[in-house]
Amino acid sequence: MIDIVINITLLAFLAITSVAILRMTNLFAIVMLFGIFSLLSAGLFVVMDAPDVAFTEAAVGAGISTVLMLATLALVKRRQKPYYDEAPHDAHRPWLPMIVVAVTGSALVYGTWDIPAFGAPDAPAQTHVARYYIENAMPDTGVPNIVTAVLASYRGFDTLGEVTVIFTAAVAVLLLIGGRRPKPPVKTKDEGKQDEA
Amino acid sequence: MRPNLILHVVAKFVIPLIILFALYVQFHGDFGPGGGFQAGVIFSAAFILYALVFGLDTAEKIIPPHWLRILAALGVVIYAGVGMESLLLGGNYLDYTLLGSNQIAGQHLGILLVELGVGITVAAAMLILFFAFAGRGRD
Repeated sequence: MIDIVINITLLAFLAITSVAILRMTNLFAIVMLFGIFSLLSAGLFVVMDAPDVAFTEAAVGAGISTVLMLATLALVKRRQKPYYDEAPHDAHRPWLPMIVVAVTGSALVYGTWDIPAFGAPDAPAQTHVARYYIENAMPDTGVPNIVTAVLASYRGFDTLGEVTVIFTAAVAVLLLIGGRRPKPPVKTKDEGKQDEA
Repeated sequence: MRPNLILHVVAKFVIPLIILFALYVQFHGDFGPGGGFQAGVIFSAAFILYALVFGLDTAEKIIPPHWLRILAALGVVIYAGVGMESLLLGGNYLDYTLLGSNQIAGQHLGILLVELGVGITVAAAMLILFFAFAGRGRD
């Protein structure tokens, strides 16, 4: 019961945050709201009994990406031009996107009727390999946290790939914007005079 | 940057706690939520906080950028090295069972080393990203 209340509250906050992000033009406030959005999602993951995912979302989504976006924001303009001013007024028909959104949304809601309930024991996600991991993780690896056992042992090769991806991302950023830019050559007095001449 | 006393004192108090928590998440990942990824991010967050409060140049004196590049590669090398080690011991690649005296001990050692490699690479990569972005506005 309390789970439902928390879920509805968090989802309502998520919706409010996303609408606020859409309507704002101050990029600094938007970055802050992105952080709040990630933190709310992390809370939602905790309610869904996925603390490992929540941990990552809170640390990466709310922490590091906010700092990185702020660092980027320091290099660019603070304000975004309101996008709805750019379109000419007679070309803007609000009912067309409204219909598209309503049809897509109702199709998605209709699609959710067929998926099994959250945590249902006969859901495909629970009947495939999850059962094997739950039964064998402790005798195989002696690690109580099954997530860690799957991540580091059963799927160790996947995780090696993920680490390589992160390493590659760091290398790519270093190649693109990492090195110190060469300082612009200081003009001596003679050169300045030559330019004038 | 103008010195801000409250910010400096609070940051100096909080940064060791963040690093301690990162180490806890790193080495307690077998038993509770967490692991190399999360620990690496939290670890780098401590240094990013230091850089934000005390300035980028001071932070780069503590962890020089060329160290970070070595560390980012070192994590991947540790991870892949554990795989090679198990290969040399006669098992499959990344099969930790042969690393210890029995299966549980081997798996424990393997997971610990692999998570350490993940943590080192993630922490170094995050700091590289931060320094690269923050360093752009400096000149």
